[in-house]
Amino acid sequence: MPHPSARPEREPAEPVTPPAPPDSPAPGGPGDGPGGLLAAIFRYQSVVVILVALLGAMAIGAALIRYQGVNPWYAYETIFKQALFTSDGLTRTLAKTTPLILTGLAVVLPLRVGLFNIGGQGQFLLGAIAAAWAAYQTSALGVLAIVVGVVVGILFGAMVGSIAAILKTWRGVHEVITTIMLNNIAAGIVWWLVTGPFQAPNAGGIPQTHEIGEAARIPTVAGIPLGFGVAVVLALVCAWMLKRTTLGFRFDTVGKNRHAAGYAGIPINRVILLAMVFAGGLAGLAGALEVHGVMHHFEPAIAGTLGFDGITIALLARSNPLWTIPAGFLVGILRTGAAGLQFATGIAPEIVDLLLAITLLLVSIPVLGRWIFRSRAHKVSAASTSWGS
Amino acid sequence: MSTQTATGATAAKSGEVLLDIVGLSKTFGKVAANKDITVQVRRGEIVALLGENGAGKSTLVNQIFGLITPDIGTISIKGDATPVKDPKDAIARGIGMVHQHFQLVPVMTVAENIVLGHETVRGGAFLDLAGARAMVRELSDRHGFAVDPDAEVDDLPVGTQQRVEILKALSRKVDLLILDEPTAVLTPQETDELLGVMKDLAASGTSIVFITHKLREVLAVADRVYVLRHGAVVGEVDDLTHTTTTDLATMMVGRSVVLSIDKPPATPGDVVLAVTDLHVKDDRNLEAVRGFNLEVRAGEIVGVAGVEGNGQRELVEALAGMRKVVAGSITLAGQDLTRANPHQTHHAGVGHIPEDREKHGLVAAYSIADNLVLNEYDQEPFAKSGLRQFGAVRENAVKLRDEFDIRSAGVEQSAGSLSGGNKQKVVVAREMSFGPRLLMAAQPTRGVDVGSIEFIHRRIVEARDAGAGVLLVSAELDEVLSLSDRIAVIHGGQVVAEMPAKGADRAQIGRLMAGDH
Repeated sequence: MPHPSARPEREPAEPVTPPAPPDSPAPGGPGDGPGGLLAAIFRYQSVVVILVALLGAMAIGAALIRYQGVNPWYAYETIFKQALFTSDGLTRTLAKTTPLILTGLAVVLPLRVGLFNIGGQGQFLLGAIAAAWAAYQTSALGVLAIVVGVVVGILFGAMVGSIAAILKTWRGVHEVITTIMLNNIAAGIVWWLVTGPFQAPNAGGIPQTHEIGEAARIPTVAGIPLGFGVAVVLALVCAWMLKRTTLGFRFDTVGKNRHAAGYAGIPINRVILLAMVFAGGLAGLAGALEVHGVMHHFEPAIAGTLGFDGITIALLARSNPLWTIPAGFLVGILRTGAAGLQFATGIAPEIVDLLLAITLLLVSIPVLGRWIFRSRAHKVSAASTSWGS
Repeated sequence: MSTQTATGATAAKSGEVLLDIVGLSKTFGKVAANKDITVQVRRGEIVALLGENGAGKSTLVNQIFGLITPDIGTISIKGDATPVKDPKDAIARGIGMVHQHFQLVPVMTVAENIVLGHETVRGGAFLDLAGARAMVRELSDRHGFAVDPDAEVDDLPVGTQQRVEILKALSRKVDLLILDEPTAVLTPQETDELLGVMKDLAASGTSIVFITHKLREVLAVADRVYVLRHGAVVGEVDDLTHTTTTDLATMMVGRSVVLSIDKPPATPGDVVLAVTDLHVKDDRNLEAVRGFNLEVRAGEIVGVAGVEGNGQRELVEALAGMRKVVAGSITLAGQDLTRANPHQTHHAGVGHIPEDREKHGLVAAYSIADNLVLNEYDQEPFAKSGLRQFGAVRENAVKLRDEFDIRSAGVEQSAGSLSGGNKQKVVVAREMSFGPRLLMAAQPTRGVDVGSIEFIHRRIVEARDAGAGVLLVSAELDEVLSLSDRIAVIHGGQVVAEMPAKGADRAQIGRLMAGDH
């Protein structure tokens, strides 16, 4: 909800159309703004819908777990116990949550200007390998190598993001296409680097880079990985930026009505570039933090599906930066717990991907129905208003 | 049903009545889009529906084609008064429609597009493309269309794409072809070719109903014309041989009671806006504004009168910095704005009430308060060092809501949920409240209820009296006549005449608008 205050005020009653219900974040026509389907998804996803979808997914998941001869209650209990209530479970969950929040934000920010950034994966990968390389090269700096690695990681992620934005504004190439392409390009580049110039000679032929120095590793303080704090702060900063600053107003105006933004003198291309630079930077930072805080080197597997998980997070968060924190935490719990689940029951950890996929499907289905309904209504109203206005 | 009697009465004139519309009315909300419309089309006849935007022409044909259901009245097709259920039903009953925006699949070939939706299949699962190609070739040869069935639609010029649309309709055995503003997207040459095609089709027995607001086209091809204004048929000409464009223009703009606006005489001051030899291109890359010259002084309202599509939109967009200027210059109080962007023109003091408020004027999802600072959001007091100041935004909104009588549940209500008149008041309030030196009002009262029209007119006069220069662009001649101090008539992207509004002769203006000068 971009508006400063959603409180519906009551004033001397006049015969007017009632204000939109407070739970619909963007009460506009279905046609205002690009990405009608996406916009519709965010408009109608309420927390309730997501919770119902989650429960539905868990019910379906329960049937699948049952089918493998495991008590579903036990399985779910194990997941949550392992993720939250074992000695270092919470720490591991928070470490998993960190990149999820950041790649989630990397999808949320472009969505607010009407762009769909599928490129979190590539931005993450290049950010991570650049950070690993820079931190290794500057090991002599000690703790300062963290700063070097993080800054370089952000810059490389931002660079990848900016390529999609430049192609979009300069040539009108759709960002979904370019970001997907860039994912493949990034995957190719990092693979070449870790099997060639950046490969650590002492790794015994394994495609990975040098370990970064001891001092360059981001520690965990009192059971909380410092990177997690950074991610939470950035989610807060993004929310604040969108809500309180003139830049945020530009973002939302471009996203909600690009024509009106142009009319109002907002530099649309610059806003799009900025959104993608921020997004790439956040995904790149996620990669850098993963190197500095978890892996301590780069290997292609470092990204897992983190870049794509960002899309899940952003959808669950209804493109609200603040909600990326609980959404990321939830996915973090499931992923951490799933490892324990495999250990305890032999059920493959991919069950979590299944749960998330079903959740997203369930979230989408009613929305899709409404979208189809609305778009038909829209077509009729478009035809019926073609006489004027 | 009156069909039988009508058929009997007119059979002698030009044959069977194909379409008979009686007493058709359609209301959207509080606006009557069609009021008691009675229209007849006979076989082999070209009937023009003439009227300004918003006159109700599209609503009328959309009802014939089954896109909208009428409130009252009947539409009989070949004597059958069963209501038209939907476009599919309309097609089955011999009605074809070519929309203003083509409904073609760009990546498919001409033949594929034409058979799309009623493909013939061979061997149970295979498209009979050879048959489709042959059919298209035969059809296009018969009508002299010269369309290659294997060409990809994307590669074709707009005029040819339109022929594909017409072929598509013809391939479904139409008796009546509806063309919705068919020439709006065409170059003059393509227009001439289309008019020829229409005549040929009519000669071979196909009836044509076409929507237009271009007078010359009506005289060039139509057998009969219905003139629509404010949703009603206000004129019907059965024999066009002695009709002139001026007659049509007069009918189109009407002689309705002039909305009286109490305004003191203007006291023009210095020149605020000077436009010199301006050239601007439209979306088709054709020059729409061709050497436009005009001066607007402080404290006067200059009204631009003209039939729509004579460069008004491109002129306003160029003045607002939203469209590139090809040649010429725009000066605002001595400051060169020829190459300015919307941000610069706004801050130079140009208030702009855009023609399309839904598209450009408002962000529907935003609150009234945010819409009221849409182009001042980053200025003091609404923002300080990059931070929005919601207190000031709200204060401004409450003040303007009261001042401009914006009827809403509160200033946090979304602008999209307001009525047309109140939406426009939001735009007007925003564009007047920052104290513009020049106020540009493009179709400021289109689609607005009567009460709001009067209010908006009064505010425009007040802006003038406060010392702003006002440039009013309107398709409503009444509005131009009653509101302006000076009138400039635009035709073909040029000012063809300028005159004081006092004592201006409506008939003379109609003639000038039609291009007789």
